[in-house]
Amino acid sequence: MSWLENALRDAERRGLPALRPLLESLARATAALRAADWNLDATDPQDANTDRDER
Amino acid sequence: MNAESGTIAQVASALRSRTVTSRSITEGCLTAIAERDPALNAFITVLRDAARDQAERADTEMEAGQYRGPLHGVPISLKDLIDVRDQATSAASRVRQGHIAAADATVVTRLREAGAVIVGKTNLHEFAFGTTNEDSAFGPARHPLDPSRSPGGSSGGSAASILANMAFASIGTDTGGSVRIPSAVCGLVGLKPTLGEIAVDGVVPLSSTMDHVGPICRSVEDAGILFDVLRGETPAVGRHVPDARGLRLGVLRGYFMAVMDPGVAECFERACTSLQAAGVELYEVDIAHANDIAPIYLHIVLPEAAAYHAATLESHADDYTPNVRLRLEMGRYILAEDNVRGLRGRDLLIGEVDNALTDCDGLLLPTLPIPAPTIGIGSVRIGGVDESVRNIMLRLTQLFNLTGHPAISIPCGCTREGWPVGAQLVGHRHRTAALLDTASAVEPYIS
Repeated sequence: MSWLENALRDAERRGLPALRPLLESLARATAALRAADWNLDATDPQDANTDRDER
Repeated sequence: MNAESGTIAQVASALRSRTVTSRSITEGCLTAIAERDPALNAFITVLRDAARDQAERADTEMEAGQYRGPLHGVPISLKDLIDVRDQATSAASRVRQGHIAAADATVVTRLREAGAVIVGKTNLHEFAFGTTNEDSAFGPARHPLDPSRSPGGSSGGSAASILANMAFASIGTDTGGSVRIPSAVCGLVGLKPTLGEIAVDGVVPLSSTMDHVGPICRSVEDAGILFDVLRGETPAVGRHVPDARGLRLGVLRGYFMAVMDPGVAECFERACTSLQAAGVELYEVDIAHANDIAPIYLHIVLPEAAAYHAATLESHADDYTPNVRLRLEMGRYILAEDNVRGLRGRDLLIGEVDNALTDCDGLLLPTLPIPAPTIGIGSVRIGGVDESVRNIMLRLTQLFNLTGHPAISIPCGCTREGWPVGAQLVGHRHRTAALLDTASAVEPYIS
């Protein structure tokens, strides 16, 4: 079951049906975040740890 | 100089020369509050007696030759997210009913040391979690030019208090744009310093990765004075204003101009033309992953806010305003792996903004894509598309909360209907003073 399906079921169980449109909107943002080209990939040999500048 | 509507720098000169007294200008602000606040709802708590005591003390000190600096005797308001000893910090929420601050926030201690007069605590979007100031346990704050419009948010009461001459400046907070947005909407100057530059202890948090404290005021010079006071430095008045000729500014277009009210765009382009005529070099720069800004921001602000409110969402759920409660509840559904993705995306954006700033004095873009929205509307129509008011109001400011770069909103004229428009300048991290210099050079040509 997808994240959104789980979230909607839980919101319903908790008596928060008004969360539905917000969770659906959030799901679109989450999908965009996960699809971004800068995400790490365990199968990609380039995605090893690198030294990071102190932020 | 109009005693109630001048800048801090102007009134400081008058106070020092004793042309005016702190008591008289404080009384002027308190009168404006009594007359206008019932319609504007800018204040949650008015500290009438304390303000009069502080003003009297300021006058006594100045008459004895004890001068604390340009804020001495100047009436200031504070967003009701900032602790003042022995006063409630409501965060505009019934959740905080009964709260009394045990101590001043660090920024309040610094304001007191500078001799500022604190006239009251201003209205805000509940827990700073919104851009319109309409979700507040105390009712919406209203725009002084038209009470049917929002003064912006979340520091809406702060901005309204200045525009309606109830204070000379205000201290707000900015997690996604909440100092800069109401500043732009109300035709004021609003500064978000570099992340971490101004102490946030004694300030109710929203998202610790992105919370900033910053001033809203009437001029870039005033922003500089307040910035120095808030970080514990001696403020200078009459700073040298650099020559605008030779400044290099990178203009952010693409994503940043793609969704824009035509009246706002017109004001911004006119400002660019004025700057070029003044000898400022403008050239276009890009943020390669600009389309990822909003999802990255959401996956950091939502879980951080939800974590802070987790206990009270269980114990005091019905004490939140409904919209704020739902957004906080939404944050509880974000997976840890997506928060980690957001933090990685933030690192990427920090680098991209640093790169855009290479070899230039600052970045330039509008502060807000729309003018003051009508209270109660959830969407606005731009280019034939309905856009969420919240999302569009955050669109141009939230990037610099993510990256921590200093950013300042300066008035750049009005739409044909008379609504203020703001231009945003962004500087190098940890060089807020240099940003203020650039802003002071630019200000005369665009405001």
